[in-house]
Amino acid sequence: MSNRRVVVTGIGVVSPIGQTAAEFFDALTAGRSGIGPLQSMAPGLLRFPNGAEVRGFDALQHFDEKETGLLDRFAQFGVVSARQAIQDAGIEWTPELRERTAIVTGSCVGGQSTEDEGFEVLYRRNASRVNPFTIPRIMANAGASRISLEYGITGPTWTVSTACSSSTHALGQAFWMVRNGSAEMAVTGGSEAIFSLGFLKAWEAMRVVSPDTCRPFSKDRRGLILGEGGAALVLETLDAARARGAKIHAEVVGFGMSSDAFHITQPSAEGAARAMRAAICDARIQPEQIGYINAHGTGTTANDATETAAIRTTFGEHADRLTVSSTKSMHGHALGAAGAIEALACILALEKGILPPTANYTEADPSCDLDVIPNEARRAEVEYAMSNSFAFGGLNAVVALRAWRSAR
Amino acid sequence: MPDDDLTRRIIDVIANTQHMAPERITLDSTFQELNIDSLDGINILFALENEFNVNIPDDAAQNIRTVREMVDGVTRLVEGGAGSSAPAHAG
Repeated sequence: MSNRRVVVTGIGVVSPIGQTAAEFFDALTAGRSGIGPLQSMAPGLLRFPNGAEVRGFDALQHFDEKETGLLDRFAQFGVVSARQAIQDAGIEWTPELRERTAIVTGSCVGGQSTEDEGFEVLYRRNASRVNPFTIPRIMANAGASRISLEYGITGPTWTVSTACSSSTHALGQAFWMVRNGSAEMAVTGGSEAIFSLGFLKAWEAMRVVSPDTCRPFSKDRRGLILGEGGAALVLETLDAARARGAKIHAEVVGFGMSSDAFHITQPSAEGAARAMRAAICDARIQPEQIGYINAHGTGTTANDATETAAIRTTFGEHADRLTVSSTKSMHGHALGAAGAIEALACILALEKGILPPTANYTEADPSCDLDVIPNEARRAEVEYAMSNSFAFGGLNAVVALRAWRSAR
Repeated sequence: MPDDDLTRRIIDVIANTQHMAPERITLDSTFQELNIDSLDGINILFALENEFNVNIPDDAAQNIRTVREMVDGVTRLVEGGAGSSAPAHAG
């Protein structure tokens, strides 16, 4: 196994609770939720009235009109968060570095709104043709390709689509590529923009969306709240970061994945536990060293109880000593972007020494009997943290991170 | 007491959705006995909503475990005027 250590030197985010990393973390530590009445949908169309939308995002502040014609909202979130991360990393591009940089992004459904609009034009308005940019807008790799074009990055570039685990799988692949020397640097993350009627109706039919808010691990939880947004990270080797005097946010130490082979939508504690164990093993640490887990924590009855069981299986007695929270209670469930947004929450928690809470928590549930940091952020200098993502389809991905101050 | 015709129609919906013989299904059957999991459950609810032109709220649907509970719930919705009892589509 390679001895190359991989660090995060750039971060960026566009989320319902902040459109910069600083705003995002302020909201997380204040327990401020971005969940509210859906503004992009007319009232009464859906059983659930609420979502976590990125409000006030003006595409024309970031792209000219011609560019927005080619970029669905999901790709815009991906590009804007990547620009923030690349700027934060202070990269000086050279032809060699461009060739040795990878881009790996995650998205569950790509340009969903564009697709929905095209169908509406065809089926409802009886048009006979759709916008010729429909295909480049809906492809799930639209964001990754645009980042490549914009920066002239010519290394391995692709997009992972594994439902709610997409961007954790992406981050893990990017991490492994840099660690094993297939790339010197990586821009990774994910983005999603799902607020179109056709897709929301499909979620309505799944009967897992909460009619009010997202209360992970709370006894009165009633389901998930859908969200949107994007997050990006710049990864490079510790040696490269040191050589150029880059600011280091955190170290990526391990990645693990598994498939439940159990059920297409029901979660499995054993599958989730295997992914957590794999990440811990990959990091070459002991379970007892993990201090904080950013849970998948969707707020559904099934996920939160199953994830609790998985954490107990993985950590044994240590499960009563570690802290767990679900920041989906604030930024909602951004599906393919969730893993990147939550990895960023972990990185900032490690860096700032403040653990974000599980917001909207009202009542303890014996089937979720972990320290879930109810409602109030907590000061704690944690050395190792994990971010869990468990997707429909039974595909699990877990990334392990280390605080940089303790890694020196 | 559940309406016999309504009960038969509900059992037919379950049988069609699950691709099983309606004779296997009785009022006292539990979903567990019929091998109906949560994903099958939402598919049956979807079919029932279409058959009876009603909206079955998530909360009401969540605790249903037997065919009898499903018949009672749908009967209440149909009789409560939440929708017409006429099939949403012919045939």
